[in-house]
Amino acid sequence: MSVVFEKTPYLTDKQFHYCPGCNHGIIHRLVAECLEESGMGGNIVGVAPVGCSVFAYDYFNVDMVEAAHGRAPAVATGIKRAKPDSLVFTYQGDGDLASIGTAEIVHAAHRGEKICTIFVNNAIYGMTGGQMAPTSLVGQKTTTSPKGRDEAWCGAPIKMSEMLAQVPGSYYIERCAVNNNANIIKTKKAIKKAMQYQMEGKGFCMIEVLSTCPTNWGLSPVEALKWLEENMIPYYPLGVYKDKEAK
Amino acid sequence: MALTLMKGSEAIAEAAIRAGARFFFGYPITPQTEIPEYMSARMPEVGGCFLQAESEVAAINMVYGAASTGARVITSSSSPGVSLKQEGISYCAGAQLPCVILNVMRGGPGLGSIQASQGDYSQATKGGGNGDYHLLTYAPASIQEAIDIFSFAFDKAEQYRVPVLFLADGIMAQMMEPVEMPEMVEYKVDPEKKPWACTGFKPGDDPKKRAVINSLYINTEELTVHNNELQAIYREIEKNEVMFETYKTEDADIVITAFGTVARIAKSAINDLRAQGLKVGLFRPITVWPFPYAQLLDAAKGAKAILDVEANEGQMKLDVQLALGDKVPVHYFGHCGSQMPTTDEIKEAILKIKEGM
Repeated sequence: MSVVFEKTPYLTDKQFHYCPGCNHGIIHRLVAECLEESGMGGNIVGVAPVGCSVFAYDYFNVDMVEAAHGRAPAVATGIKRAKPDSLVFTYQGDGDLASIGTAEIVHAAHRGEKICTIFVNNAIYGMTGGQMAPTSLVGQKTTTSPKGRDEAWCGAPIKMSEMLAQVPGSYYIERCAVNNNANIIKTKKAIKKAMQYQMEGKGFCMIEVLSTCPTNWGLSPVEALKWLEENMIPYYPLGVYKDKEAK
Repeated sequence: MALTLMKGSEAIAEAAIRAGARFFFGYPITPQTEIPEYMSARMPEVGGCFLQAESEVAAINMVYGAASTGARVITSSSSPGVSLKQEGISYCAGAQLPCVILNVMRGGPGLGSIQASQGDYSQATKGGGNGDYHLLTYAPASIQEAIDIFSFAFDKAEQYRVPVLFLADGIMAQMMEPVEMPEMVEYKVDPEKKPWACTGFKPGDDPKKRAVINSLYINTEELTVHNNELQAIYREIEKNEVMFETYKTEDADIVITAFGTVARIAKSAINDLRAQGLKVGLFRPITVWPFPYAQLLDAAKGAKAILDVEANEGQMKLDVQLALGDKVPVHYFGHCGSQMPTTDEIKEAILKIKEGM
């Protein structure tokens, strides 16, 4: 019998701690496959965030650094400046990147830091148990917005890809989703392109990936995918927001 | 011996580079801005990296990242900025990352003042961030002493895998003194000597060689093991790394305790008082963590009184009392508003103690 499909060795054998139906598993696999295909093995450093993916250092089978909440882009900056020939990526959620770490992500983009950021946006704080994030949709019920997010009280959800595309230093910004096969394939292509740009010394790249959180949304995995399609994608349109290479 | 007249901040920056530092991440803040300014011009000359961060928070996290690769890395700031760095310093301590942090102290709390102060003694020595950790903390009293300490600071940081803190003040950064610089050290990361660092791993390699720089131990038993290991390192540092200076303490009736710039002012007062026939001496901790408790007890055993002099509200006095217990009465003189105690004020305080004896 011949092997027709194998798990990429760029994921360890450690079992994911993620909830059933969570999209982190798919996104981890896509990132790991792109790391493998980059050919940079032996010269890759990943930076894990604080949030649901805090244990990413247990899953990506490369040198890994765990950052303080929101600080991953600054940590990645230090790594990349010390090892300019290596492939450096951060893996961050929306509480990490779009709330406590806004200064670090904006300025990493502003400096044109040659790193890749995988930004997983599930519109909620997962690890702490479903609090409102800056990305939570208007009307979305969370444990800290029990009556639904009130725009008049705490603003409209922040759009990080649109925002970072406006920063002169950013090179490539795309928003993807992993809610169906076609989008999964597109997401992988985007991550691969971001890594390729980094290896060519191009500049700051961020791939935002819309993702489900069935547990904290209070939905089944299938219902969560439907909710993402019907509510998140209309507010957070998929597509390329910036690609300096595009003609 | 070739002496050069140099400004403190620039001399300290050059000393860091001579000690092998090739990465500097920082943010402008008075009275230490000349350090990043100097680094911005000097680092490219030696093939190093100067990067102005968007904040002190980012700067210390850049330090964390660069130190993860095993490089020799430094940041500097002044009191309010060092407060911002405390989160990252705690992470460096937890993840056991060697690095050097400079605090050119100014007045506080809050924005305080831009003049020299010693108000961050407690923050530096009792842990400024969260958790059970210590920094090997040097409080030099001259620019030359700072340079000399720099020549082994990275070695100590790497030997124990701890961040090293320099507790200087605005006067030391701004004044000029003749100094002698050591030879340049060209430091190269040796993966054999730093097996913990991110020096390259790929699937198929021995899994034990995969670097994971981390301070998270979600299992409390594992965290306890980790913290006990850190505490064992701190006990080693306490045993091996204490540094102090005594000045005319052998026959002293009154011993002044002071650190950093204030200790120099105290020395002038002591010389004047000795000329008047008063037996006064100085005990100066050079490492303020670990504090030289036993050494102070030994130096003060013949004394009838201690005068603790500081440019703060007497933060070190607690350590002095801890060293001496009720064996010798401990007095305090100082200011906590960025005003340095003067020679005359110190002499007056000594004479007052003398009268009461």
